Amino acid sequence: MSTDTLPNPEKSPEKPAGELIRLEQVTKRFGDNTVLDHLDFSVAAGKHVTLIGPSGSGKTTILRLLMTLLKPDEGTITVDGQQLFPANEKQRREVRKQIGMVFQQFNLFPNMTVLRNITEAPVTVLGMSRDEAVERAKDLLDMVGLADKCDAHPAQLSGGQQQRVAIARALAMRPKVLLLDEVTSALDPELVAGVLDLLRDIARSTDITMLCVTHEMNFARDISDQVLMFDSGRVIEAGAPEKIFSEPEHDRTREFLSAVL
Amino acid sequence: MNWDWNAVSEFMPHFWDGLLVTLQILVLGSAISFALGLVWALLMRVPSRWVTWPVGVVTEFVRNTPLLVQLFFLFYVLPEWNVTFSALTTGVVGIGLHYSTYTMQVYRAGIEAVPVGQWEAATALNLPLRRTWTAVILPQAVRRVVPALGNYVISMLKDTPLLMAITVLEMLGEARLFSQQNFQFTEPLTVIGVAFIVISYLASLALRALERRLVH
Repeated sequence: MSTDTLPNPEKSPEKPAGELIRLEQVTKRFGDNTVLDHLDFSVAAGKHVTLIGPSGSGKTTILRLLMTLLKPDEGTITVDGQQLFPANEKQRREVRKQIGMVFQQFNLFPNMTVLRNITEAPVTVLGMSRDEAVERAKDLLDMVGLADKCDAHPAQLSGGQQQRVAIARALAMRPKVLLLDEVTSALDPELVAGVLDLLRDIARSTDITMLCVTHEMNFARDISDQVLMFDSGRVIEAGAPEKIFSEPEHDRTREFLSAVL
Repeated sequence: MNWDWNAVSEFMPHFWDGLLVTLQILVLGSAISFALGLVWALLMRVPSRWVTWPVGVVTEFVRNTPLLVQLFFLFYVLPEWNVTFSALTTGVVGIGLHYSTYTMQVYRAGIEAVPVGQWEAATALNLPLRRTWTAVILPQAVRRVVPALGNYVISMLKDTPLLMAITVLEMLGEARLFSQQNFQFTEPLTVIGVAFIVISYLASLALRALERRLVH
């Protein structure tokens, strides 16, 4: 198993160099259902980590915990040395500034233009001037190939276009961590490639840390430094994509991969 | 039954006075019910029983007692505590307050209909709570509820004659006064009946136009 993302019971108390995200003994239950069971794992800065596994295995729950959309029942979550849980709301707001998320259903604001979707948070949260925010938004739209859609409303865009706007919106906050929650699952098949290509470009050209839940195994293989195989709220296998995809050690991993590949 | 056009023309000056008062009640009453209903709906979302319980009890009470009783209470009982307003002011406040307990439910449904993903996106972008409400949730919620709010405006129009009971001379009040003085009932009542239909129809047209504009 690789060393930097691993369940590691003998972890040293001080923060290892370059570690950006750390979950320690995190437990999350929904009613009687324990989705994460004393989970430990960490992600080094700049790494691209893909979480795979059957549905209900807790992958998405981890992203939602990191985005503070859920609260853990037990355990601590640290981002860049600052505690996200447990913490008060004020501190959580601070820590959250470093995290961006792209959702399965895009979740663009339908009442705002594409441009305003992207500038809203930089202006109101980061205090950026409107002119600067607009300029940056236009650069980002250019990057995602939608420079001509500034004044469109989300409802006028295809799913793939909406998702690319959502990616631009998340990047506009200059997060250190980008959480990608099954970002192509809601797209028509012919639109998937465009979004994945964009994410490949971002992975290649920036030093942003990515945590990605996906069922697109080719994409996972392309962009990941690390693949974590989840089952029943635990990481059962972790390693470089070449290794996980070509010679998985665990039976469950083999079963899962043969089902999805 | 004789139809007397002279009676109609004699009634018209009174009719215009009444129409003006009816429209005042409708416009101001709607404004109060829209604003206050939103306040109630937002207060009901405060995560504290100390807020939601009293608001819930008061609005439930107002919604489930007759408007006419409330108008009498405001007009005849409040002055005993030295709180006195003109009949028209009392009526407008009364009808606005009464309808605010309906519009609050409309707003609540509209707010709940905003997908949870919108809240999540706002959290992911770290928008402050106030900004989430004003820039994301309410614009979407209000757009959804315009048709339902409009229906209450038309419903309110049909309740405006109740204000006659507290001496407000709106259309029905003028018609009744004219009838009693001239012993001619048919003409004034017919005139205001037509006026109610015309106002309802115009209001529903305006409403549909507004809905179309809000589709985007």
